[in-house]
Amino acid sequence: MTTPKIELSDLKKSFGQKTVLDGVDLTIGTGESVVIIGSSGAGKSVILKCILGLLSPDTGTISIDCADVTALYGKARERHTAKIGMLFQRAALFDSLKVWENVAFALRGRSGAPRKQARETALSKMAQVGLGPDVAELWPAELSGGMQKRVGLARAIATDPEIIFFDEPTTGLDPIMSDVINDLIVDTVRNLGATALSITHDMASARKIADRIAMLHDGRIIWDGPVAEIDNSGTEFVDQFIHGRAAGPIKMALRR
Amino acid sequence: MSFLAPVGRVLIRFLVATGRLVVFALTAVSHCLRPPLYGGLIGRQIIQIGYFSLPVVGLTAIFTGMVLALQSYTGFARFNAESAIAGVVVLSMTRELGPVLVGLMVAGRVGAAIAAEVGTMRVTEQIDALTTLSTNPYKYLIAPRLIAGVVTLPILVVVADVIGVFGGYLVSVYSLDFNAANYLKLTWGFLEPFDAISGIAKAAVFGFLVTLMGCYHGFHSRGGARGVGTAATNAVVSASILILASNYIITTAFFAA
Repeated sequence: MTTPKIELSDLKKSFGQKTVLDGVDLTIGTGESVVIIGSSGAGKSVILKCILGLLSPDTGTISIDCADVTALYGKARERHTAKIGMLFQRAALFDSLKVWENVAFALRGRSGAPRKQARETALSKMAQVGLGPDVAELWPAELSGGMQKRVGLARAIATDPEIIFFDEPTTGLDPIMSDVINDLIVDTVRNLGATALSITHDMASARKIADRIAMLHDGRIIWDGPVAEIDNSGTEFVDQFIHGRAAGPIKMALRR
Repeated sequence: MSFLAPVGRVLIRFLVATGRLVVFALTAVSHCLRPPLYGGLIGRQIIQIGYFSLPVVGLTAIFTGMVLALQSYTGFARFNAESAIAGVVVLSMTRELGPVLVGLMVAGRVGAAIAAEVGTMRVTEQIDALTTLSTNPYKYLIAPRLIAGVVTLPILVVVADVIGVFGGYLVSVYSLDFNAANYLKLTWGFLEPFDAISGIAKAAVFGFLVTLMGCYHGFHSRGGARGVGTAATNAVVSASILILASNYIITTAFFAA
């Protein structure tokens, strides 16, 4: 295995009485694409938010490039999170800024690039995800869901991050657009040579973008292996999930 | 002793909320004082909060000034003290009604708008997105609004003072048959610089409270459209109450000593 880029060990997080993460261990190698699958509400997003520093875990450690970032905050934390680009579930574009300003946001903020130069970089990043310059002057609200995802992807890769997070990249898109986005993700991750961590419950998407799949259930990673082995995982939980069966060991809480 | 439990629960909840608000305010203020500041964003907020509030502030002030003159005339005419009207108008406007009414109107107009905008950014993950793009949300969203509030409210109050006194003048001269030159002379005679300054100082505090409440409730909103609606309501209600309460405290500090 290559050198680890991100290491999570014994990550625990509860909200009030509800335990969401109950000892998550996961290692993501440099240049590897790992997909975390799991039911809605299993705490997949919480893992991403912990790594980004948006939430702080109750116990456990998070390392990026072998440096423990769990207890860091402020500027020291920022140096590590600056390596991470993120594509949000509903794109989370800034609706008060035009499309190109969204893509150029980190360029202008982080390195203080002049407006014209930032715009050019933004346009080239948008071209990489199949968006023409005619889109640049539009407002995010004028775009369809698939287009917003593309802009979000362009924004996430604008600063050539070493790590990219994808939060449910295909949710809310039609199957064809989902596949287009999957292809884009695979291409951009390969072009950048980045490490990717995605969360999804869309198995078609997971099979396409993952080198390795990890399944989160009841706050723990219950299975973790190469994508080719997912059909022979030998775990009933994984089988039930990838085939989408209502009957099986995973019981959906219909009532809370 | 079980009746003590609910009391304690309410008290603890209140203390937790107060603590969260104070931590939020201190963090926000520290970002207002430390560079870098986003000049363009501050400018945009000054236009939003200040310039676009002018019509509302102007209308509030002119009708308040007019009604002040009218009401004090009906009272003072009984004692042949009509000459005091100019003084009542100018002192009430500059000391109390200018800052308080402007504060309340801006709380309704701007506080709600800030809470709704910041709240929507929270529930659509735009605030999280800011963090992942190496931008501190306090610096980018909160500080410009707080600075704009503290800077623009005093200016709005000066505008309101002038328009309010003018409203009193209009009623006194054209409806109550005062002598125009005499009315203006009386107004100047009553007005001390400290009256205007105390009102302006209040306005700066109110500007801080209005924008702080908008930002705080928006920043901590959750749960989609309904959460944003609640945040907007809470921002206006809490800002209004804080304005009235702090107005009393500041007045005590300025004039009762």
